[in-house]
Amino acid sequence: METLAYLARRTAQALVVILIVTVVVFCLLHALPGGPARGILGPQATAQQIAAFDHDQGLDRPLPVQYVYYLRTLLHGDLGTSYTLNEAVSQLVGQRLPKTLVLTVLSAVVGLLLAVPLGMWQAVRRNKPADYVITTLSFVAYSTPVYFLGLILVLVFTQELNWFPSQAPQGDTPAQVFADPVALVLPVVTGAASMVAVFSRYMRAATLENLSEDYVRTARAGGSRQGAILFRHVFRNSLTPVIAMLGYYVPVLFGGALVVEQLFNYPGMGLLFWSAAQSSDYPVLLGCVLVISVATVVGTLLADVVQRIVDPRVKAGRA
Amino acid sequence: MTAVLQTAPVEAVPNYRVSLRKFTRNKLAVAGLAVVLLFLLFCFVGPLLHSTDQTHTDLGQVNLAPGGAHWLGTDAVGHDELGRLMYGGKVSLLVGLAAGILATVIGTLWGAAAGYAGGWVDAVMMRVVDAGIAIPALFILLVVSAITTPDTAGLILVLGLVSWLVPSRLVRAETLTLKSRDYVLTLRATGGTHTRAITRHILPNSVSTIVVAATFQVADAILLVAYVSYLGLGVQPPKTDWGGMLSAGLTAAYSGRWWLIVPPGLAIILVVCAFNAIGDGLRDAFDVRGRG
Repeated sequence: METLAYLARRTAQALVVILIVTVVVFCLLHALPGGPARGILGPQATAQQIAAFDHDQGLDRPLPVQYVYYLRTLLHGDLGTSYTLNEAVSQLVGQRLPKTLVLTVLSAVVGLLLAVPLGMWQAVRRNKPADYVITTLSFVAYSTPVYFLGLILVLVFTQELNWFPSQAPQGDTPAQVFADPVALVLPVVTGAASMVAVFSRYMRAATLENLSEDYVRTARAGGSRQGAILFRHVFRNSLTPVIAMLGYYVPVLFGGALVVEQLFNYPGMGLLFWSAAQSSDYPVLLGCVLVISVATVVGTLLADVVQRIVDPRVKAGRA
Repeated sequence: MTAVLQTAPVEAVPNYRVSLRKFTRNKLAVAGLAVVLLFLLFCFVGPLLHSTDQTHTDLGQVNLAPGGAHWLGTDAVGHDELGRLMYGGKVSLLVGLAAGILATVIGTLWGAAAGYAGGWVDAVMMRVVDAGIAIPALFILLVVSAITTPDTAGLILVLGLVSWLVPSRLVRAETLTLKSRDYVLTLRATGGTHTRAITRHILPNSVSTIVVAATFQVADAILLVAYVSYLGLGVQPPKTDWGGMLSAGLTAAYSGRWWLIVPPGLAIILVVCAFNAIGDGLRDAFDVRGRG
């Protein structure tokens, strides 16, 4: 019952956050040089044409009225029409988003598969050389601009060794993308690197915390072997909060995808966004921002709820 | 008797001497501090010892490999790469420091105001922070680059405005615990204003949290500065920064001119690592909550 009330309150909060995001995006739309009219009619349009357009589109009405109108079109799933591609933004996003999800989910999975054992190993070998080496490496991975890392990988693995192609798989559907797994290696590794750095730190901290808990001492006193304790108890208890952290990590994953897609020419939402920025295609830009923000809010919501359910100690402290 | 008369708050005074000792024992943090100082010397004093022309092109000296008069070679328009590393580092460090500090200031004020006000004001202010965190900074920066190309001051402002959210959460949490302390309640009961409560008690007692947050903010800001040229927001040539040098060297790197990208890349990684190590050390020394 308490959990249900929490769920309801947390969902209401998430809706408020999404509403604020729409206000921000709406303001950005109106902060554009010349406003939407200049964007659609182009730099050659005369003042009269712009005035007529503004009147047609209701852009001469008070801003709050326009905002309500904007919200109504959003609720109908209408994100506007691309200036350059002459296609509905929602349709473009619908085509590109699955491919970006393939890339980000793969990066997240690979990142976690590396980070979790590394973090546990560090915790067990705390303050020994292995711990220091991995800590240093995570610092370096975290501090490397994604595009620099991608470039170095291409120089080494494509130019020197010729193991992997420098271009990501092309294709319209996720299935076509999976058909060329070798080409996915470099983009996924590039996307996963900072993930390994951050999540091995979380896993190390969570494991250390659990290792100092009473139940571990009890298990040890009862004669359980270190390995058994680690895998039966500590692993499970440390993993859940770390997995929940994934929800908070969604914006970073999307930010990474933006760079990785541009670097490896992977036709997902990041590349769509990138080319929209080059051609000042504002409906596409703001539509993408909106979709990504909603995804992030949902991710955070899920993370909070998961944490609350799996760990009864987490009370509704985060107001 | 003396124990009864003692009214000084036991928890309020952070022991800076103990913290300093803890910090200096952290080898990684001290190394980080050394790296930052070395880079500051390199970028700001270095040009006095190794004076180069970073404004005019020198087409007789383009794309030279490292060696001879040019220790790190030259770029596609004949700029000495070592001198350019110093010159670009100035911009990267200045913009990173300024943006990181600006973000911390905005975040501190926002977080303290929200936490102190409480109630629905706090709720609304924190939902704004949630909304800001939901929009990835790189996307906002790319939208801004589609609209305009800011000058250096504008760049600092933009970077500060997209990265104040995490410190605001930390300072708010700190304010929530501080505002119910006896000395704040006493001040309010004796007629002190809210502003006074915030500026005299809450902010000074949050200094350790703020300093730790600022250090991580600077690390993140320097990394973000490395992205802005790549995103098309960077300082314009002939001025440059490490990120600009990297972006400019991207294609050159494919034709084997590694010296155009490896030095600025390593410089960014080293400095960001160093600030993160300092932040880790400060966080452990002050024993406050903070990132990671």
